[in-house]
Amino acid sequence: MEILLGFLTGLFWGYIFQRARILRFEKHIGLLTLKDFTILKFLLSGVIVGSFGVNLLAQFGIISYAIKPTYLLANLLGGIIYGLGWALLGYCPGTTGGALAEGALDGFFGLLGGLTGAIVFAHTYDFWKEKVLTIGALGKTTIPSLIGVSPALAGLIFSLLLIGFCLFLEKKGL
Amino acid sequence: MNKGWSPYLGGFLTGILLIVSVVVTQKFLGKPHYLGTSTAYVRVAGLLEKAVNQGSEALSYYQKYQPRVDWKVALVFFGVPLGAFLAAVKNGEFYAHLIPARWKESFGPRPALRAFTAFLGGFLIVYGARLAGGCPSGHGLSGMSQLSLSGFITVAGFFIGGIPLALILYRRRK
Repeated sequence: MEILLGFLTGLFWGYIFQRARILRFEKHIGLLTLKDFTILKFLLSGVIVGSFGVNLLAQFGIISYAIKPTYLLANLLGGIIYGLGWALLGYCPGTTGGALAEGALDGFFGLLGGLTGAIVFAHTYDFWKEKVLTIGALGKTTIPSLIGVSPALAGLIFSLLLIGFCLFLEKKGL
Repeated sequence: MNKGWSPYLGGFLTGILLIVSVVVTQKFLGKPHYLGTSTAYVRVAGLLEKAVNQGSEALSYYQKYQPRVDWKVALVFFGVPLGAFLAAVKNGEFYAHLIPARWKESFGPRPALRAFTAFLGGFLIVYGARLAGGCPSGHGLSGMSQLSLSGFITVAGFFIGGIPLALILYRRRK
């Protein structure tokens, strides 16, 4: 059941990725060189629906959250390392396999690199855990809890802000 | 070759997929599975390493993420590639190539250079994502949808690392 659900979810997602051009090297590099905002528009519209829907459904107790804990330094440093790799590879962990399936054979080397990166991380995890994951460890912190509003309201406001940002991008012709 | 879907449509459908996935997995698997991809690399890496390096299972990171085919592995390594492949074939867009056109514009047609940088990029995105605790799916889509502080910091890191390097790398044209 678990495997089947994961597979089906991936099947839909891969189809969406391909149709919306999210697998393309050009689109990722276009975003990082601030010329083509396809990937950002895709991500933000996902978050517009997600932020509104997830927080509303959680409010009614239909779903629960799975918040990733905050580790200020590890989040930022890991994010930056990711960004350097992103500029080199031009795909992301979720889309590399899809890019390969669309015919981008360099994705194969990206996958090999990714698996190697995972192995090396597993062997260096204890170092990071001891030295870096202790810095700015704030637990499962959310923006609504920091500013003291209900998650459902914050989710709605955040969705509206992102809609405004997307309208701005379109108005500027980006 | 047609233009495909608007990124807004693709993102909207991704947001719906996220919500449906969370509702369905919470109901049938007992806990919510938010979309995310980079831990799938750890599970597969653990399986590969176990095959050649007995005793690697003792590593604390493989204890935390035990090597097995789970929901995310099915999603990332089977579902997404197959969905992308079906979409590409159905629309006549499957195109086998090793070097993306945009890469060639800046770095020329050398296969070894592209294979190496794709490997290195893949290494860094997964290593960085595991240090940060997630990738653009886990921290970006799912994290920001849940208004998690860690999501916003990590996504900022992706761009802090990615934009300057991409601007430098892809500025030159051959």
